[in-house]
Amino acid sequence: MQYAISILLSGISLGGQYALIAIGYTLVYGILRLINFAHGDVFMVAGLLMVYLTSFLGGILPPAAVIPAGLLLAVVLTVVLGFVIERAAYKPLREAPRMSVMISAIGVSYLLQNLATYITGGLPQMYPEIPGISKTITIAGVPTKVVTVVTPVLVLVLVVALTQLINHTKIGMAMRAAAKDFETAQLMGIRINAVISVTFVIGSFLAAVGSVLYFTNYPSIVPLSGALPGLRAFVAAVFGGIGSIPGAVVGAFIIGISESVIKGSSWSIFSDAFTFALLIVILVAKPTGLFGEKVTDKV
Amino acid sequence: MEKTNKKRLWITLLCAAALLILVTLLENVLDPSKNVMLFISLKKGAVYALVAVSMNLLNGFTGLFSLGQAGFMLLGAYTYAILTIPTDQRDAVYYIYNGSAINFSLPELLGGGPVGLVLGVLLALILGGCVAAAVAWLIGLPVLRLKSDYLAIATLGFGEIIRAVFQWDKLGPVTNGANALKNFPTFSSFNIQGGPRLSTCVAFLLAGICIAVILLLINSTYGRAFKAIRDDEVAAEAMGINLARHKRLSFCISSFFAGVGGGLFAMLVNQAQAKTFTTAMTYEILLIVVIGGIGSVSGSCIAAFLYVAASEWWLRFLDTETVLKNGFKVPFLRTGFRMVVFSVIIMIVVLFFRRGIMGDRELPDLLAGLSGKTRRKEASGK
Amino acid sequence: MKKLFSMMLALVMVLSLAACGGGSGSGSGDAVSGSGSSGGKTVRIGVFEPSTGDSGAGGKQEMLGMQYANKETPTVEIGGETYNVELVYADNASDASKAPTAASQLVSQDVSLVLGTYGSSSAIAGGPIFGEAGLAAIGVTCTNPGVTAGNDYYFRICFLDPFQGTVLANFAQEKFAAKKAYLLGELGNDYDQGLLNYFEQAFDGDVVKKSFPPNTSDFSTYLNEAVAENADVIFCPVSIAYSTQIVKLAASMGLSIPILGSDTLDSNMVLEAAKGSDVQIYVSTFYQEGGAPDFDNGIKAWLAEDSTAMTNNGGNDTIAAVTAMGYDAYYVALEALKAAGSTDKGAVKAALPSLSYTGVSGAIAFDDVGDAIRDTAYIKTADNAAGAWILETVQTAK
Repeated sequence: MQYAISILLSGISLGGQYALIAIGYTLVYGILRLINFAHGDVFMVAGLLMVYLTSFLGGILPPAAVIPAGLLLAVVLTVVLGFVIERAAYKPLREAPRMSVMISAIGVSYLLQNLATYITGGLPQMYPEIPGISKTITIAGVPTKVVTVVTPVLVLVLVVALTQLINHTKIGMAMRAAAKDFETAQLMGIRINAVISVTFVIGSFLAAVGSVLYFTNYPSIVPLSGALPGLRAFVAAVFGGIGSIPGAVVGAFIIGISESVIKGSSWSIFSDAFTFALLIVILVAKPTGLFGEKVTDKV
Repeated sequence: MEKTNKKRLWITLLCAAALLILVTLLENVLDPSKNVMLFISLKKGAVYALVAVSMNLLNGFTGLFSLGQAGFMLLGAYTYAILTIPTDQRDAVYYIYNGSAINFSLPELLGGGPVGLVLGVLLALILGGCVAAAVAWLIGLPVLRLKSDYLAIATLGFGEIIRAVFQWDKLGPVTNGANALKNFPTFSSFNIQGGPRLSTCVAFLLAGICIAVILLLINSTYGRAFKAIRDDEVAAEAMGINLARHKRLSFCISSFFAGVGGGLFAMLVNQAQAKTFTTAMTYEILLIVVIGGIGSVSGSCIAAFLYVAASEWWLRFLDTETVLKNGFKVPFLRTGFRMVVFSVIIMIVVLFFRRGIMGDRELPDLLAGLSGKTRRKEASGK
Repeated sequence: MKKLFSMMLALVMVLSLAACGGGSGSGSGDAVSGSGSSGGKTVRIGVFEPSTGDSGAGGKQEMLGMQYANKETPTVEIGGETYNVELVYADNASDASKAPTAASQLVSQDVSLVLGTYGSSSAIAGGPIFGEAGLAAIGVTCTNPGVTAGNDYYFRICFLDPFQGTVLANFAQEKFAAKKAYLLGELGNDYDQGLLNYFEQAFDGDVVKKSFPPNTSDFSTYLNEAVAENADVIFCPVSIAYSTQIVKLAASMGLSIPILGSDTLDSNMVLEAAKGSDVQIYVSTFYQEGGAPDFDNGIKAWLAEDSTAMTNNGGNDTIAAVTAMGYDAYYVALEALKAAGSTDKGAVKAALPSLSYTGVSGAIAFDDVGDAIRDTAYIKTADNAAGAWILETVQTAK
């Protein structure tokens, strides 16, 4: 029983962290029809930024202010990174075939990973402990970190805020319009570049928040740390129906929990394989995912 | 038009033959231990060229964006290795599983000695390709119905699944689980004792034959159908091209050659181990295709050699901290810098030279184009 | 026209790069590390180690031992002449597909022999390249039997996986009277899987064997499962990147089951992760700090003044066993050069089998396969209050 609870707990917290990454994928895909392969690496960079910022700020700020200032700066810098990546690597290719943009995304991911290897010297970096959420508590006899409980709540709050933003603000309306029909939205006077930048900013912001939660749980960061969570989050986004935010969240929780259950079974070596098998099944059986809208192909 | 084609064929054949002779000569004239970097880069370049061309067939000529290349290479590499490990070495290789479930070795079955070696290696490589093609056919059934980027992510997932299956210890007696398969014939087995050294030549010959077959295919009716699908699926279907059949064909052929390439890769690195065939490897090959030009076979070949030589040989000095004679320490140089510089170069190519080195043209086009203005018009008007 | 132009530009760029790369490539051979090359003859020793990839941390610590030894003894007497010793590095990136080119790089740089590598699969991939070139390689901490088997040119100075697995299984039974063991390794990693296998064979009792996929960072499920299975010990011979996470997690969840590890866990990063907690860690290793005080003090002083070396050691001055092994490997190489009486690689190879040397990690001699004749392993436990290793016992094979 205790074991079952522990599996469920780690599944839920994983799911919440994947959800925050998955939203970034789903938003970008909804508008640009681009699998942003670099998103998982942005998530990893957010973690590394936190490591380096806290050690840097530790020298110039009073101890109590280091973590909050580090968090704030790490989030801001990650958002800037997401913005810059879009402007530098995706915007010049707006008129190019979709394949070129995707290759550019793979190139950015390759660059970020190699850069991280260079800067960390290939050594795993330890994520700083964040007071409050790094503490260990006991739920139903199972020891776990506070972050496990915080994650689903925070995800819920962020998702509600995000849906409000998308449904009830002007920029949200522009985003929906761009997702519906890129060209027409442009013709209607929507500044499409601004909309895309906002999308990337939101995605990177959520990835940065996700990285705080994720690396608090699993504190060692290597250059490849972002690759696998990124792919799993993408699967979650597809599973839930790409372009749909609730879909991404539900998908992420399902992926997170099933991953954790499989790891606990005797089939643990197939936990990643299962995730991808699920992806293939979903793509073939219901390409629009759980909550996706039916898209008609434009010839 | 007929004349140009014939001329192109001759030019290509001549170039290939000249290259082969040059490589063989070089390997026998130059001191092997001084120039080992040159030869290993040439061999690796040849193997990567084959795999890149096979990927180009799919991505550049048929317009199917697949990222499963490493998975198919894995299938080819394992098939090759399992079939060619000498029987007396099997206990040593499969030491964890107390011997192998498969107790024959193709080179020995085919009579042993030099003849058995050549035939056995060839047969094992072809079988490796066949296994990859068969698996490709199976997964193609569901996956090829998907649209561009969904196809990419599904094939990427397939690569991960294949890797996990081959590492499963229940299959250990066949795949050797997590352990590497080794001791099978490699390129160096073709260096005749006391005679000519042929290892680089063999690598070039095998890769060259495969690339030639792909070239012939591209210039056939099937190739034209592939290109039609790439340019416009709906129009191609309207013209009477069976979409599903041609896509499947292209996918299987591409996988076949990726499988053969995997076998050659195993010969190159002296071992076959599932953990080498990662997504990163697929990305590497994709980047070669992009640098060479999507839709150009000769571009992929040139890019493969440049990529291998640059990333593993010429730029290696970027990884070592260097202090000049006057005591000046060159900034930035330390481990990992090579790959940073390299990925920046790749980004520049991807962003500003999107057509790569060759665009979608071939080397003979270029040569014929340079020799006269009128002919250039003809070639580009083709 | 524009296309042609852009193409030409790309070509020019690549070619110029190639030209400058080629030029400095050969130049770098002369200038590498520049360790006191003022006059006199130079002998080169190749260092075939990962400094990136998943074994990067371990590879760096191993190189530290060699670098320190090189600093301590930068010259060697060969055939009556004094030679400067120069270390030439090639990063094999812990990747079997990059290892052959890294190995070739060393071969082409005229080294007299090669030291390394940390990971067995890179050693297996690079081994035949050394064999073809007639260049001897001394494996420092590659413990897989496949490294030296069938390769006349690969030697090694450490013990092997079958020995290590057996020693740890015996230790688990003697010390904890363990009836049930939970084994955890990385999927597809031959080092982990090999050790798990030998442990399983030597252990009388139940085992639960699990593998996690590469790049996993969520180990809570596995540790909770070990608790649920009522395992008496957990055996996880995983690489440093994973072991720090496992130990950190075990510390935070207050795991009371002792964790056994192999030589990879013998790292100050693991100590750091366990510091201040109640988690019990036992590792088998090649060397125990305090075994050779001169070496310990010397290298600590060096670490203190060289900040790069300190960073590569994980930020503190606890000496990893792999560092001691790297140190010994360097001196074995010097002995081989002395015994050969020349810098010729063939002569060095011929001198190796009959060599014997007593280093900080014990006596080193080679058997006819090229493996070190060793029958002792140190078992250490982590003192979590002080953040240091304490010698638990010295175990020999039965």
